[in-house]
Amino acid sequence: MTMGSERATPRNRLAVAGARATTQAMLRDQPRGDVIRNTLFAALLLLAILIALAGLVALLIQAFAQGASALSIDLFTNGPSSIRPESAGFRPAIIGSLELIAGVILFVVPIGIGAALYLEEYADKTRWWNRLIEVNIQNLAAVPSIIYGILGLSFIVRGPLDLGFVLAAGSLTLALLVLPMVIIAAREAIRAVPDSIRQGSLALGATKWQTIRRQVLPASIPGIVTGVILAVSRALGEAAPLLLVGAAAFVTFDPEPFSGGYTALPVQIYNYATRSQEEFQALAAAGIIVMLVVLLAMNSFAIWLRNRYEQRW
Amino acid sequence: MTRAGDKQAPEPAGDLPRRLRAPSPRYGEKAIQGLLALCGILSVITTTAIVVSLIGPTIGFFEVVSVSEFFGTEWSPQFEPPSFGVLATVAGTLNVTLWCMLFAIPIGLGAAIYLSEYATARVRKTLKPTLEVLAGIPTVAIGFFAVTFILPEIIQPLWPGDFLGGATGKPFMALAASLGIALMIVPIIASLSDDAMSAVPRGLREGAYALGATRAKVATRVVFPAALSGIVASIVLAISRAVGETMIIVLAAGSTPDFTLNPVVSIQAMTSYIAVTATGDIPTGSIAYKSVFAVGSVLFLMTLAMNVISIRLVRRYREVYE
Repeated sequence: MTMGSERATPRNRLAVAGARATTQAMLRDQPRGDVIRNTLFAALLLLAILIALAGLVALLIQAFAQGASALSIDLFTNGPSSIRPESAGFRPAIIGSLELIAGVILFVVPIGIGAALYLEEYADKTRWWNRLIEVNIQNLAAVPSIIYGILGLSFIVRGPLDLGFVLAAGSLTLALLVLPMVIIAAREAIRAVPDSIRQGSLALGATKWQTIRRQVLPASIPGIVTGVILAVSRALGEAAPLLLVGAAAFVTFDPEPFSGGYTALPVQIYNYATRSQEEFQALAAAGIIVMLVVLLAMNSFAIWLRNRYEQRW
Repeated sequence: MTRAGDKQAPEPAGDLPRRLRAPSPRYGEKAIQGLLALCGILSVITTTAIVVSLIGPTIGFFEVVSVSEFFGTEWSPQFEPPSFGVLATVAGTLNVTLWCMLFAIPIGLGAAIYLSEYATARVRKTLKPTLEVLAGIPTVAIGFFAVTFILPEIIQPLWPGDFLGGATGKPFMALAASLGIALMIVPIIASLSDDAMSAVPRGLREGAYALGATRAKVATRVVFPAALSGIVASIVLAISRAVGETMIIVLAAGSTPDFTLNPVVSIQAMTSYIAVTATGDIPTGSIAYKSVFAVGSVLFLMTLAMNVISIRLVRRYREVYE
């Protein structure tokens, strides 16, 4: 009661006003050095991200500038040629890449989803072998692609599987390379399905597998599909491991899965890029344009899919 | 209590009243679980197969080449007599990686801080996927870009004269590959570091703001240190990617093994040696063939060490804020 009247005295009012002015002055006028430093810092950050984006734009422009002259329907209908670059194309390479990718999808979808389901739905995380599988997959995702080439060379082309230098060997090598990506993406999608859905299903008498097949899987399909598309687009652009498992630079016929030589789009691009004549450089650039268009379409679709069907439970 | 997967109270089915027991033993369910487990085990088999496929020929290699020669600096497997000093190709890899990270770390971290602390939600939502597109560009395309654009249009005009031997007129150099790889790696650092910094709780930021810190101070002195283990993990992962990169180096850095860190000379990295040698016609079982596996072993061990560090760090930072 007395405090109210004390606060009203002129002396107190003065003190309060003074304190307020000081506080406001401190808050309003930052030291000039701080202002400059802050602006400079923000500008540097913006510069960093702009440099990265400029790299992307420059790459696209450069590919178009150099490859535009070679862009024609011949790219899709003609085979490679070492003497007549003006009519050379990518037909065997494109068909080879499509077959490789088909094989990758056939292999990676069931096994990737299976492994993800095991780790998320069945595995007891306290067991050392399940933790081993988990860490192992994380590590495999970061093993250099050329090492997978070595694996393919000594286990798939030769060794236990002994397929020879055929397209199926290349496909299997690429599949092993992207399998960890699919598993990691599928696990995240499965983990995002809330437990209440599983418990509801189990409470109604469904078995564990019925719950997974009718509740968990349908709910996580968008995330899984996104992961598969991103993995496939990685496989599509990968050249290094294929060099080791027999993707030859010079295949003039349409490749077959289990016999004869084969090639792939990135390998053919690599081959053209190492030749010094300008026409071959243009061909390489044109091939890069084709590959980038396909990949950007796939990646954009995957990102769209993720954003469109991302469920917030 | 009969819910599948309930590990706390496993009761023998025989003790349950008849109506609560499963109507059949459900062998199908067990078979499915077994099949799924097999899918998981395949990954372990893959790793084992990688190790086995590397070890065999590597041992064969060391039966011919002594360990001390292997850790020399002269790499010339085609010459007579051949010399297998792996440090020359290791130096090639380090050369490319070092200069690459010199550019990629500041740019990647700058982009990450911008994304997580400065960009509005909408800007972030467009910029981040765009950056991730960059990470998905095939390395053949980036390698081609490095030779046809980065080298002639950026490095050669900007390189200071004869410094370190000069850059003009050289068709290949480590630096071109470094910048190409940097382009590929910046999005990895930016995206993963942004994830780590965005995971720092709001309370820490607001506490700092309440104490009068500016935005730059909050970003550099509060958020950055709090997310440090995640950031370091992203950098380590990026280094592992750079070390394992093949096509950009093959296309842009040439194939001259050289024990040097000079960025404006042609070099040969471990990956490019493997790619170039294994595509040539080398007879199976020859010493050159086995050398591919020996170099592969060194490469695998290096990336394995970095991956393990990265995985550990990520796990640690997850424990702190979840």
